[in-house]
Amino acid sequence: MPLDRKIAYIDLTTGDIQTKPIPLDVRKKFLGGRGLDAYLLYNHTEKGCDPMGPKNTLMISGGILTATCASATARTHVMAKSPLTGLLGSANMGGFFAPEMAWAGFHHLVIKGKAKHPVYIYIHNGEIEIRDARDIWGKSVTDSQWAIRDDLGDQEVKCCVCGPAGENLVRFANVMTGIKNSGGRSGMGCVFGSKNLKGVAARGTMDIKIARPAEALEYNKRFIDQIVSAKVNQTQGTLGTPFIWGATNSWGGIRTRNFQYNQCEYADDIEPERIDEICQETMGPYHMTGCFGCQVHCRAQYKIPEGPYAGQYDEGPEYTSQGAFGGETDTPRALTVLVGNHLVDKFGMDNLETGSLISWAMELYELGIITSKETDGLDLRFGNDDAVIEMIERICYRKGWLGDALADGGIAASEKIGKHSFDYLIQVKGMSNLHSDERATPGLALNIATGSRGSDHLRSRPAIDLYHLPEEVLRKIYGNPVSYDGPLSSEHTEYIGKPWQVFWQENCYMGVDCLGICKYHTTFLGATLPNFEDWSKVLYYNTGLEMTPEEIWDVAVRCNMIERLFNLREGLTREDLKKGDMLNHRYFDEPCKRGAIDVVGTKIDKKKFIQMIDEFYEHKGLDQEGVPKPETLKILDLENEPSHLV
Amino acid sequence: MAKTLYIDYQKCTGCRLCELVCAVFHDGISNPARSRIKVMKWEAEGLYIPMTCQQCEDAPCMNVCPVKAISRDEELGRIFVDYDVCIGCRSCVAVCPFGAMNFNIKDKQVFKCDLCDGDPQCVRFCEEKAIDFLEVDDVSIYKKRDAATRISLAGKEAVALQAAM
Repeated sequence: MPLDRKIAYIDLTTGDIQTKPIPLDVRKKFLGGRGLDAYLLYNHTEKGCDPMGPKNTLMISGGILTATCASATARTHVMAKSPLTGLLGSANMGGFFAPEMAWAGFHHLVIKGKAKHPVYIYIHNGEIEIRDARDIWGKSVTDSQWAIRDDLGDQEVKCCVCGPAGENLVRFANVMTGIKNSGGRSGMGCVFGSKNLKGVAARGTMDIKIARPAEALEYNKRFIDQIVSAKVNQTQGTLGTPFIWGATNSWGGIRTRNFQYNQCEYADDIEPERIDEICQETMGPYHMTGCFGCQVHCRAQYKIPEGPYAGQYDEGPEYTSQGAFGGETDTPRALTVLVGNHLVDKFGMDNLETGSLISWAMELYELGIITSKETDGLDLRFGNDDAVIEMIERICYRKGWLGDALADGGIAASEKIGKHSFDYLIQVKGMSNLHSDERATPGLALNIATGSRGSDHLRSRPAIDLYHLPEEVLRKIYGNPVSYDGPLSSEHTEYIGKPWQVFWQENCYMGVDCLGICKYHTTFLGATLPNFEDWSKVLYYNTGLEMTPEEIWDVAVRCNMIERLFNLREGLTREDLKKGDMLNHRYFDEPCKRGAIDVVGTKIDKKKFIQMIDEFYEHKGLDQEGVPKPETLKILDLENEPSHLV
Repeated sequence: MAKTLYIDYQKCTGCRLCELVCAVFHDGISNPARSRIKVMKWEAEGLYIPMTCQQCEDAPCMNVCPVKAISRDEELGRIFVDYDVCIGCRSCVAVCPFGAMNFNIKDKQVFKCDLCDGDPQCVRFCEEKAIDFLEVDDVSIYKKRDAATRISLAGKEAVALQAAM
């Protein structure tokens, strides 16, 4: 049964390994994946612990549906206290790792301590072994994985590893699996590095009995038909996420020159069709690939066509890399995006954080806040492609004054640089914003301001807000599985109704993250895709667990609340610019200069924005300080958490 | 007429859904080790090749079986194991040139592709049509068309190149 997958508690300091079942009542309260990770994190980390010290606890998990006959349940979740933000650290990635870990008998790993020398953990059919990784340390993300396979003499092993960035304690280093599946944001790779943990390898051939196989199979077919018939997924399956770039840039939603503009001009060379052309030229007509069991296959494959990295193979680039190495830095050249993407994949470093910080440094350089002294002679102007590529490498290897400073993240760097540099840093809770510009979309602005792992588009973004769906369609989506009869607006520039949409999306995304499903298979980019009602069935057919859509909703609310509790314990306060639910002043002060007519001139109205946060807190059951009311904790059955603090 | 599985590996995205549905359909269990089809992958090159039984005409597994448990089912065009006769010696596993005959230690049985009695689930679930179920004597026509398309494209490119010069 999927429900008999276990938790392993691994202490890297002592080498002690304990294996325990996951009690059914814990399953029903937190399901699995991110939700159960959050419960474990809240219980297994001390308040104020050093995120890079041995006391930080690292969770690696699959969802409750991982490796069952449910579509696109390939997601691996990684959680710990973040070395970047000092708050919740959380990363989610596709690929093939979590299913392999489930076939090897485990759904959750809880890793503590610090190994004496570099090691990797090997999980094989219920057994766990800590192995020497001294010869693998220093290798790139992909080379590390191939080296682990060779070490084990098994090419079917799946690994998740940190790259050189994690080893060098770059605070936004990724955990990665495969060529480019990245557990990005919030520096989980840095936590790997700080524990001398190179990676985790899994290989399993253990049975997972499906509760109702015939129904699960038929339902999976229906699910897939629904998913592949959505236009958004068909486009995604042809062009990958770069398809988002075209429309977003033309209406004015791309941060350019850090935050000076909201549209990247002369960007023909990084339009999705152009990127696709390169992929086709270098990889042939069938150049898309996918994660385990997924029919969307949104990852393009490419080889770098020319220059010093010519011929190097990689996957992507995603929309995020287009923004990070093309838009924000105003270097809209395909080669720069492809090489930049390749380098961060090799190094295991977060692309959005890297691009965002480089563009911030570029703005500081042009303003004279930093000079060629700090850049060690590098001409860090916007539009300088070579400088972007050079900075990526300097950050990973902490080369030069600026490379070293940026590797510690934006807030730490701004404290080193001083001179109002913080005012230009586009971040929330210490994590840089995606390259999207939310000044014309208050709903999206609320999403990044309140995301539990810092500024992020994958925690609660009501992306379908941009489709101007009729109100009755919005009501159908946002009025289930719990009723909502407050206001809703089809207009993306509006403020009304957005707090509920963000609250609903927050629970929807938590739902998929607990189940282990990819966000492209729910109400994220496509309005017609499955959510709570379908999950209830898919959960029952695969695991036998009977839960109503409302009960799954409750789990999602509970898991989001435990993340909130963790953040509050680590010092989140509502209006703190460095640790709170607040945006950089530029969102309120600087109007958009480019884009569509309803975008030019817009900025976020601070008063209305604060009202949105008030309303959002109300939906969540928080008081005006953003702290859960006692009755909320009672309803969510969280009043005794942390229940077993260790 | 009997149909056969036709694999066009170029179209394979490497997602391994075929492995999942194969195991669940036959055994009610999710476990790629129980799958009759297996995608071999070279991740560093982006190369994925699904491997399964070729239902050989002169099948080594059938020839080697000491108790004649393996026979050819002409109607469905498949090589079939009769478990009432099979002694589990694994000789067939040893001789299969494609690694398509497998053994499951729990069930203590060999197992191989049985074309799902005429409705192969791998084909049903593969949206890419990297694996298809086609009339045996018609398979090569698709390869011919693919090859011809390539020749035609090369010809057009040559003409364009000449025109450009």
